[in-house]
Amino acid sequence: MNIASLISALPGATAQGLIWGIMAIGVYITYKVLDIADLTVDGTMATGGAVCVMMMINGANLWVALICAVIAGAIAGLVTGLFHTAMGIPAILAGILTQLSLYSINLAIMGFKANQGINVTKYHLLVSARNVKHIAANNPIFVMVIVTALLIGFLYWFFGTELGAALRATGSNEKMARAQGINVNVGKIIGLMISNGIVALASALYAQYQGAVDVNMGRGGIVIGLAAVIISAVLFGKIFQNFALQLVGVSLGAVIYYIVIQFVLWLGLNTNLLKLLQALVVAVFLAIPYWKAKMTKGAKHA
Amino acid sequence: MLELTNIRKTFNANTINEKIALNGVSLHLEDGDFVTMIGGNGAGKSTLLNAIAGVWPIDEGSVVIDGEDVTKLSEHKRANFLGRVFQDPMFGTAATMQIIENLAIAKRRGEFRGLKASVTKAEKEEYRELLATLGLGLENRLTAKVGLLSGGQRQALTLLMATLKKPKLLLLDEHTAALDPRTAHKVLTLSDQIIRENNLMTMMVTHNMKDAIAYGNRLIMMHEGKIILDIKGEEKKNLTVRDLMDQFAKASGDELNSDKILLS
Repeated sequence: MNIASLISALPGATAQGLIWGIMAIGVYITYKVLDIADLTVDGTMATGGAVCVMMMINGANLWVALICAVIAGAIAGLVTGLFHTAMGIPAILAGILTQLSLYSINLAIMGFKANQGINVTKYHLLVSARNVKHIAANNPIFVMVIVTALLIGFLYWFFGTELGAALRATGSNEKMARAQGINVNVGKIIGLMISNGIVALASALYAQYQGAVDVNMGRGGIVIGLAAVIISAVLFGKIFQNFALQLVGVSLGAVIYYIVIQFVLWLGLNTNLLKLLQALVVAVFLAIPYWKAKMTKGAKHA
Repeated sequence: MLELTNIRKTFNANTINEKIALNGVSLHLEDGDFVTMIGGNGAGKSTLLNAIAGVWPIDEGSVVIDGEDVTKLSEHKRANFLGRVFQDPMFGTAATMQIIENLAIAKRRGEFRGLKASVTKAEKEEYRELLATLGLGLENRLTAKVGLLSGGQRQALTLLMATLKKPKLLLLDEHTAALDPRTAHKVLTLSDQIIRENNLMTMMVTHNMKDAIAYGNRLIMMHEGKIILDIKGEEKKNLTVRDLMDQFAKASGDELNSDKILLS
């Protein structure tokens, strides 16, 4: 175990963490703001990349491809929203149904191949792993910090509008929202569309970063997203009260997550066991608030 | 004006748990009427308010508010006509949002919610003055999360929210039942004051007979999903708890279960 190899892996981990941080911000919107655990994102995390890569391979401009990726993600969110609100399917199951169907759809987008490459030497990409150690404007860490800042700025503005406040009220107290004339079904659909649009953006950036899109790219994505949200809540929950700062915290949470994973791999963990570790870590962190509440309750009774 | 015609609602129809909650309720209210509603548990008081608010569709009958038939409208659309305060102080406000954000949401009841700022600067001042009238010190905590407030404070805030945009009909569903007696009295006095100032048509469910007699210009008693007593005008003014108990026994052929209704 050589410390230099760990250090040399850190820039890559940071860049990946920032890209997954975008994804985690999408998860935050459904999980924290709307109070819905949306599993669509495991599918959308491949859809965005598939749309972006296939469009660019077929000659589309980078920005057009990115916008179309976001729209594709938003449509996936719309479908989950309709499953949930118009068909009365529990949100978690609605997400699973969309996620499953997206597997086929993603394959179809990718010309029924499990993966499609996009070479940074041939295409103009926004982020690429190849530049991660360059001190230049195209360094993916630098680019991702800007993308993250723009996204957080947009969301901060949006959730400060009348519509955004209505969405927050829907997630906070549905009964109150309805009594105040808010159409909670529309609110949930809009929230799911925004969330999945953001996840698809992360997907498109991730595909560019690694130079390929893979149909299994998003598998377990929700777990990584939740891990970032929870790490943020545990580490920064007390200091980051403001909405924008909370989103910054989520992004940092994803970076910390990737650095920890890099560290664990450096310690010699078999890569194939990584998902097991991920699930266990998230399970424990999800349990911590529950255990805390139980303990303080016990203390009060004593 | 409110016109309820022959409203019927059965829960769990055709099952062993079948419960006829509303059994043909008709009621006419004029603008400015303040009705207090009493009755034992399961008499249908809260169910009637929920039927008016559109929490679920009714089986039969119609609800007409201010000349508009709202029977088929969804709950959030009916909210345009209604202000509602619930028994549970947690229900009426969004705990994770600021006091002014809650008020701003209530201010836009029945209006299109677009991409304009959720709270304007002018509103902030308006809310500060409004909150000051409560005398609870909330005017100095405009950006505090509502989850930090006590039950009484939340209920007072819900009351403001329900009446911020003048509703055609105010529905108070045992809104002081979960509060301690002193706070309950304060919230009730405040309700009465707001109702009088704005001349609001109001239906208030209560478990407290004395309150039912003291407030409003009309009193309705429900029993087994029906209105069995309707007292208004002079008769209401001279009413005593004793009268009410006697009248209940006569109307229902049943002794009033005093465990379920507070006598004082």
